[in-house]
Amino acid sequence: MLLKTPLHDFHVRHGGKMVDFAGWELPIMYKRALPGGGESGGIQDEHKQVRRSGGIFDVSHMGRVNLRGRHAARLLERLCTRRIRDMAQGQCRYSLVCNEAGGVRDDVIVSRLDDDEFLVVVNASNRQKILGHMAQVQQAGGLSLTIDDQTERTAMVAVQGPRVVEFVGKFSREIPGLKRYTFAVKNLLVVKLMVSRTGYTGEDGVEVILPASMVGLALKLILKDTDPSAPDALIAPAGLGARDTLRLEAGMPLYGHELGEETSALEAGLDFAVTLDKEPDDKGQRFIGAEALLRARDAGGPARRLVGLRLEGKRSARQGMRVLVGGAEAGLVTSGAPSPTLGHPIALAYLSRAHSAVGTGVEIDTGSAGAERLRGSVVALPFYKAPKPAPAAPTPAKA
Amino acid sequence: MPSPADRSYADTHEWHRHEGDLVVIGLTKYAVNALTDVTYVSLRPVGTAVEPGKPVGEVESVKTTSDVYSAVAGQIVETNAAVVEDPSRLNADPYSAWLVKLRAPGAAAGLSKLHTAANYDAKYPTA
Repeated sequence: MLLKTPLHDFHVRHGGKMVDFAGWELPIMYKRALPGGGESGGIQDEHKQVRRSGGIFDVSHMGRVNLRGRHAARLLERLCTRRIRDMAQGQCRYSLVCNEAGGVRDDVIVSRLDDDEFLVVVNASNRQKILGHMAQVQQAGGLSLTIDDQTERTAMVAVQGPRVVEFVGKFSREIPGLKRYTFAVKNLLVVKLMVSRTGYTGEDGVEVILPASMVGLALKLILKDTDPSAPDALIAPAGLGARDTLRLEAGMPLYGHELGEETSALEAGLDFAVTLDKEPDDKGQRFIGAEALLRARDAGGPARRLVGLRLEGKRSARQGMRVLVGGAEAGLVTSGAPSPTLGHPIALAYLSRAHSAVGTGVEIDTGSAGAERLRGSVVALPFYKAPKPAPAAPTPAKA
Repeated sequence: MPSPADRSYADTHEWHRHEGDLVVIGLTKYAVNALTDVTYVSLRPVGTAVEPGKPVGEVESVKTTSDVYSAVAGQIVETNAAVVEDPSRLNADPYSAWLVKLRAPGAAAGLSKLHTAANYDAKYPTA
């Protein structure tokens, strides 16, 4: 039995093609019949809509775990590869959660609600695992806090794209002033919203968490002046398919592809999210996985690196395909797709460090007998970077 | 919309239309829906000998890559260059965007084992 998000009716009404994603029924894309025949929508259209203007994604499947109590920060310091105590209230921080071997249990966003209260957003597929891990660390350390899984009584939507902040400015003067990786708690009529300037598309935008029962009202307010099926809609629904190609162009890792229990936090190109010199706590304990990662660093660093590949031709590389350099196996593809923005196939792959330099020529074995190898080369990440918004027009001098 | 009644349907989601000595093969609406946006089509060249259950080509979408199979033995005599050129034709109208034509004189027996349109649609409904 699949879980339904509070936006389920919204998806069905907008022609969502529903699939099973980590136990949740979610739209991979939307299809709408056009009045003159044919259909609109599709992954590439939704992708371009987000890059051009804005898209709204249901990300309610992501786990939302509230931690509160006097040892909430202490628990997170044990779990997270980044510092937690120095976070200001209203700040969000991307972090990894590692296992003892330095492999990645999950990648998460921690938001500090108060001195003793945090919200941790985890991957849907890892929610039960992380809840179990939190409970185990709490018990082992005799920590005093409440671990409250709010996932199924709240909803979460991501609104992403270059025109989203301008759009949100119609409802709130405060939100457009939020810095990246900060949040505000807003009251919209009777709806209490947590709005953060975060996302997973490489575009500016916000993510909004709200009570499940208020979703219908909030969507009506958000979309009241726009027809999301119009071709020039400011904000239109976008599905998981576009979310995946958008994050891939932005070079962002996806758990189960670039990240996993067997992936070292150091090889994923996420050095910014691993504070190896993070102070031990007052019991002398470092974050879980720190010792293994320090040993790996002192032994010369990881043997492989996550790289971007640009391919020639039209065929895409897919997860699990072998990458060859000079005819010898050099690594494996973790994600690949035709890039809707760039017009050629792109992929992420782990390559042995000797072969990971930008410009290295590669071949990809598709695994199908008799098929030609795909050719490409290592390129810098991200594949796509959103252009910086034009600076605001200078205020005319007063006469 | 029901699948056209003038052809036979495989569980691997190809339609086969019998035209004298020829069998025309394409993908069903159900297949195209599952693939999402088709971005690339690769077909075996004219002259290729085909066996039942062997691929006659590949289609690739944003999400995945999938083989296209023939249910009958034969030889490829024509491929649809227009679909290779513009793969979105498959999404727009899979029942006219054929992929390959086989010369397959003994196809009738193999085709009779496939689903009729009504059976296929009952087994694989498209929302």
